[in-house]
Amino acid sequence: MTALSRMLSIYRLRLQRKQLLWRAFTKRRQLQPVTQRMAGLGPQPILLFSTMRNERVRLPYFLNYYRKLGVDHFLIVDNASDDGTREYLADQPDVSLWSTPAGYKQSRFGMDWIMHLLRRHGHGRWCLTVDVDEFLVYPFCETRPLRALTDWLDSAGNRTFSSMLLDMYPRGAMHEQPYHEGQNPFEIAQYFDSGNYTFNRSWPLLNLWIQGGPRARLFFTDEPYRAPALNKIPLVRWHRSFAYVSSTHMLLPRGLNLTYDDAGGEKPSGCLLHAKFLDTFAAKAEEEMRRGQHYAEGHEYRAYRAGISRERDLWCNWSEKYVNWRQLEILGLMSKGNWA
Amino acid sequence: MSFGVVMLCHTALDRAAQVARHWAANGCPVVIHLDRRVPEAQRAALAAALSDLPDVRFSARVPCEWGTFSLVQATNIAATQLLASFPQVGHVLLASGACLPIRPVAELQAHLGAHPDTDFIESVTTADVGWTIGGLNKERFTLRFPFSWKKQRRLFDRYVVLQRRLGVQRRIPAGLVPHLGSQWWCLTRRSLQAILSHPDRPRLDRYFRRVWIPDESYFQTLVRQVSTRIESRSLTLCKFDFQGRPHVFYDDHLHLLRQSDAFVARKIWPQADLLYRTFLTELPERRAAPNPAKIDRLFAKAVERRTRGRPGLFMQSRFPTRARGGNRAAATYGVFQGFAQLFPDFHPWLARATGARVHGHLFAPDRVEFAENERVFTGGLSNSAALRDYNPGSFLTNLVWNTRGETQCFQFGPADVQDVTRFIAGDSNARVFIISGAFAVPLWRSARPAAAVRAEAARLQKIEADLIARLDHPEAKANVRIWSLAEFVENPAEPLMQLLDDLNPRGSHRDVDLPPMIPLLGFGAFLQDLRNQGMHPVLMGDFPIDFGSKSAPSPLLRLK
Repeated sequence: MTALSRMLSIYRLRLQRKQLLWRAFTKRRQLQPVTQRMAGLGPQPILLFSTMRNERVRLPYFLNYYRKLGVDHFLIVDNASDDGTREYLADQPDVSLWSTPAGYKQSRFGMDWIMHLLRRHGHGRWCLTVDVDEFLVYPFCETRPLRALTDWLDSAGNRTFSSMLLDMYPRGAMHEQPYHEGQNPFEIAQYFDSGNYTFNRSWPLLNLWIQGGPRARLFFTDEPYRAPALNKIPLVRWHRSFAYVSSTHMLLPRGLNLTYDDAGGEKPSGCLLHAKFLDTFAAKAEEEMRRGQHYAEGHEYRAYRAGISRERDLWCNWSEKYVNWRQLEILGLMSKGNWA
Repeated sequence: MSFGVVMLCHTALDRAAQVARHWAANGCPVVIHLDRRVPEAQRAALAAALSDLPDVRFSARVPCEWGTFSLVQATNIAATQLLASFPQVGHVLLASGACLPIRPVAELQAHLGAHPDTDFIESVTTADVGWTIGGLNKERFTLRFPFSWKKQRRLFDRYVVLQRRLGVQRRIPAGLVPHLGSQWWCLTRRSLQAILSHPDRPRLDRYFRRVWIPDESYFQTLVRQVSTRIESRSLTLCKFDFQGRPHVFYDDHLHLLRQSDAFVARKIWPQADLLYRTFLTELPERRAAPNPAKIDRLFAKAVERRTRGRPGLFMQSRFPTRARGGNRAAATYGVFQGFAQLFPDFHPWLARATGARVHGHLFAPDRVEFAENERVFTGGLSNSAALRDYNPGSFLTNLVWNTRGETQCFQFGPADVQDVTRFIAGDSNARVFIISGAFAVPLWRSARPAAAVRAEAARLQKIEADLIARLDHPEAKANVRIWSLAEFVENPAEPLMQLLDDLNPRGSHRDVDLPPMIPLLGFGAFLQDLRNQGMHPVLMGDFPIDFGSKSAPSPLLRLK
């Protein structure tokens, strides 16, 4: 590649980043503030950002999980819920809530809204952007709060922390064990695939592209390239010039995506346990199909629906039962790196 | 005689106050040097928190920057004040605000009391240190460092390179032998006083002002001139990671710290409540038996994990380039081409003889032939050919990683999907065994006329030749053994033994039975038929036309 074309491609990325930031800016009026409770926050709060729709039953466990990890404040966008999600969130003392009736898909699946909030409130702070069914696990998370991790990342000069999405699933059909409010979803979805992930370095964003897991194994055996991306960078020391490109899969400027070592060593990383495959999933898939508001024209959901009726059980003989982060570390799904 | 503490503080002042109170309560006077850049409000809060303790004093303040002489200056100011204000002090311990005493103060007092004339300071000649980052050790003393390493890294690096190129060197003051060592020391009053009132001190200070990281060399060098007795080890436990940053201790290190033989640990995470609570109130009998090697091991492992990683593992935070291990599986594995064609019982024989897991054709075009015909294999690997072919290298490295501890063997052949051969050829863990030309045996046994199989034979031969060329490439790293069919059938026992040795070098399998080979009577004629049809079978070697007939001796008879 010549120097000129390299410069051009870098400049194109800059334009793309500016465009994403502009896009988020133009969507700012779609957000109606419901409750604002950020006044009393300390100097360096750890913030959690999320968009959700009709997730009332999952909320109590979700909020408590991240409170225990040490998240100081939740900034949540409610996308026209009608199941009490909004009312519940409005009552929480550590939640600032925005509400919008606008289209999820037209907002880059909520990312425009989130990016606006990140730019407004996340600058210079550690920001965790997750969905309501994603639960962060990082090295020593049982004994060290999130603040220990972000302090360490600060001292190491790291601005991002990679956490691959790990699909968790129950043994048996999903509807057999209903999920109750407040319950740890991983009491039901206890299993995961430990070693069928593929890794590619992708150009020009330099991020790793990870696919695999039970979804690829069961729903995408004919079209593996369509299997969902599992690489995620949810924890970022935000700067107002940063932009998420696609969900939290990758960022611009692209240097933020270098969460892996290419000289043979291991950088520290975590996992986002994905509690998607519960009894709530079938209903969700139906709804999303109807609304047509999800990725790739709902291709993913269509594939699941076909796959689910054909093969209701994601479990197989080689499914691994989740124990703790050390198990994930030994299996090589995440790493302590040089954090000891 | 007691000892006094000089504390250099700049953040987490509430913790510093807690520790200073602990020292003072145990009879150790403390002089705190507070970074000049700390805001007045924080200073006032710290002073208020310690105002009830007459033996905790504050020194004059200088702004401190890492790696510069300001830290030495701060130490000198505070140490001078400590020696002057507290005449009973016999030793002076230098600590930071993030240091925590991990053994009772009385033990340290007793230790120093037993060694009244010993200076505890790590002090190593520049020729002998192996731990400096960036290769600067001797050059710390002979180059100039006007630029900040943290804020002006590029200028810093370039200026170092420039000085090296120009060969500019500072002269080390006469009589000074450069030594390096941990910044945290414990010196006797006599030695410290001698350093502070050194007749040449203005000149020495001027020199050290331009030495890089002087806090790791100033006292370490000067103490060699004044001390009568140096014990070159620090009483402070301080571990550095591969970038030269100190490792941080958390609550879950409590047990580990209890096993340390050091008296003070650095650096403690300010919010490690359990550590502070435990060590600032602990009774002496709670300590575990000292096992400092365990601490060393833990941190050495962490550094290794960061720099070398786990070979053969590909994951979200380890994705090495080809040159740095990106073309390498986690363990050795065997690739067999042409054996199953000659030995109908090759799979069970190989499994028995090696104890390895023997798969069929993992890269067959229609599906993955896992051992026992499993539909899903360890780690959740699917037998879908499309999934495998989407990233064959990942598939193979996953398989080998998932089955660590058990050798994997699989059949390969020219009829398989060939995309993975690039990876296999470049992998030093691959053990590839090929009987070239054996692909023709099933064609011959299919009993189809030579005219009908000619095109197929030519196609397979081309693919196999390409594979062999790839494995023979000078950059290939795989461990490869290739026998032509003719060569192999001449004496099958030797190659079979050889492959067992290659797969399991330490095993003793000399008394394994050999698998029965199919009779090849007529195969030579088949090859001649192919030739007559216009094909040129070369990979089989010089296969005798009358092989296996009564006139030619049977190879199986020659085994004994």
